[in-house]
Amino acid sequence: MIINHPLLGPRDAQEFTYLGDASLIHRPDWQGEDASGQFHDYLYLRDNLAGQHRELWFHEVGDRSWLVVTRNTLTHEITNVELARDVARREGRGK
Amino acid sequence: MRYSGIRVIKEALSGHKGWGPLWRDPEPKPHYDFVIIGGGGHGLATAYYLAREFGESRIAVLERGWIGGGNVGRNTTIIRSNYLLDGNEPFYEFSLKLWERLEQDFNYNAMVSQRGILNLVHTDAQRDAARRRGNAMILNGSDAELLDTEGVRKLYPFLNFDNARFPIKGGLLHRRGGTVRHDAVAWGYARGADQRGVDIIQNCEATGFKVEDGKCLGVETTRGFIGAGKVGVSVAGSSSRVMALAGMRLPMESHVLQAFVSEGLKPVLPGVITYGAGHFYCSQSDKGGLVFGGDIDGYNSYAQRGNLPVIEDVAEGGVSLIPALGRVRLLRAWGGIMDMSMDGSPIIDNTHIEGLSFNGGWCYGGFKATPAAGWCFAHLLKTGQPHETATAYRFDRFRRGYMIDEKGQGAQPNLH
Repeated sequence: MIINHPLLGPRDAQEFTYLGDASLIHRPDWQGEDASGQFHDYLYLRDNLAGQHRELWFHEVGDRSWLVVTRNTLTHEITNVELARDVARREGRGK
Repeated sequence: MRYSGIRVIKEALSGHKGWGPLWRDPEPKPHYDFVIIGGGGHGLATAYYLAREFGESRIAVLERGWIGGGNVGRNTTIIRSNYLLDGNEPFYEFSLKLWERLEQDFNYNAMVSQRGILNLVHTDAQRDAARRRGNAMILNGSDAELLDTEGVRKLYPFLNFDNARFPIKGGLLHRRGGTVRHDAVAWGYARGADQRGVDIIQNCEATGFKVEDGKCLGVETTRGFIGAGKVGVSVAGSSSRVMALAGMRLPMESHVLQAFVSEGLKPVLPGVITYGAGHFYCSQSDKGGLVFGGDIDGYNSYAQRGNLPVIEDVAEGGVSLIPALGRVRLLRAWGGIMDMSMDGSPIIDNTHIEGLSFNGGWCYGGFKATPAAGWCFAHLLKTGQPHETATAYRFDRFRRGYMIDEKGQGAQPNLH
C-alpha cells in the first residue's frame, strides 16, 4: 500500500506503524460522569467497519507525524489522507 | 454410509458407484430449536456436538458461502496444546484430546498427525519462559520437553544453529501437537452433523435478527426468515459485522493473516517448527509442500489477501532459520480474516439478548480449537452455562479486569 502523505507525498506503508480506528483521537474525560465505563468502551470496543474506515497511522521511520487515513477495508484502497493534528483540531480536540 | 477398509475394497470392485454425497442440500425449514450462523469448522462442530453429545436434532447451520470456504480451509492446519495461562490451557488440552479421538468419533479420515511441535529458543530469557510454559502445560495434563541445542540438532540438523545474532539454544518440544487435514475437518463434521439430522444450508447469509422484548426469535436471511429457539453466532472474521446486526460492538478488530505453501518437496521436515526470533513457522504437508506462515499484516482488513511486505518478512525469517529454503520456490500465498480480540483470547458467551450466544475472537488460533470450541459452544447453547474449560471466555472480562493476555501485549490487537 502507498500512503499519500500530505507533506511528503506518496510513501510506502512499510514506513508507518498502525494504531487503529481514528475515533481513538476522542479520549474520554477522566473526570467525567461514568469515566470508567467510557474508558472501557474507548479502550476495548471497536466499530470494526467493513468498507470506509478512518484510521490512525504513525510515520515512524519518516517525519514521525500522525495521520488519519481513510481506507476501504474490503479493497485496501486509500481515498483520503490528513494530518491527525488537523483532524483533531477540526473535531475540537487539542490546542 | 460408514467408511471402512471393507467398504473401500467393495467400492473398488464395483467401480466406485456407491459413494454418495456426504451431506444433503436441504431447503430451510421455518423453525429450528437451534440455528448456528456460520458453517465453518466451529459452526459445524457446534451442530455436530449439539446432536451427538446433547441429543438435539432440530438444528440448522447457515453458511453464507460454501462449507469449508472460510478460515477452516485457509489455515496452516496446526493443532497444539501449549498455552501458559489457566484460562486457556485446560481448554486447549481438552481440544487436543478431542482431536486425538476425532476420526474414530466421526468415522472420517481427517489425517490427524501428531508429529510434534518444536518452539525454538534463542536466548536465556526465552529458555526460562519456555521452561515455565512447559511446566504449566504439564500441570494441565499436556506434554512438554525442554531440548538443548544437541537435542534440537538430532531432530532438525539442517537449521541455522550458529547464526551470530540468533543462535539456537534449544526448544520446547510438544510431542502430541501436529497437523490435521483442515478441509477434512469441515467435511467430517458436516457429514457427522448431517447424519444426525442437522440441516446444513449453504448460500444463506444472515441479514438480521428478530428481537422482541430482549429475546431473539430467529434470523432474517437471504433465503427468508428462520425462526429459532436459540441462535449461536460462529462467524470468525465477520463477527463484528454480524453482531452489529444485533446492535453490539465487540472488543475486536478484523485483520488479515497470510499463509504460504512451497512447491512439493521430498520429506524434509518431520514436524512443526517455530522460529523464536522472527515471524516464521513451518510444517510439511503430506503432498510435500512446505506450509508456512508468520504474522498478521497489522491493519484492519476484510480483504482475504495481504500485501507484499509481510510475504518478504516471512520469507526472510524462513531463510534465516532454514538457509536451504533459499532454493525453494514459493507456490501460493493467500489470506484469511481473523477476529483479533483485545487480549488475544476468544469469547464463548451469552449476549445481553436472550437466546443469542456468541463464539468468536479466536485471533489466528481458531483451527486447533475447533473440536473444543464446538463442544463448549454446544454446551453453552444447550445448558445456558459455560463448559468447565471455557469459563474465562466471557464478554465482560475486559470490564472486570480479567483479561487472558497470553502474550502480554494489552489492548492492541495488531500486536498479538
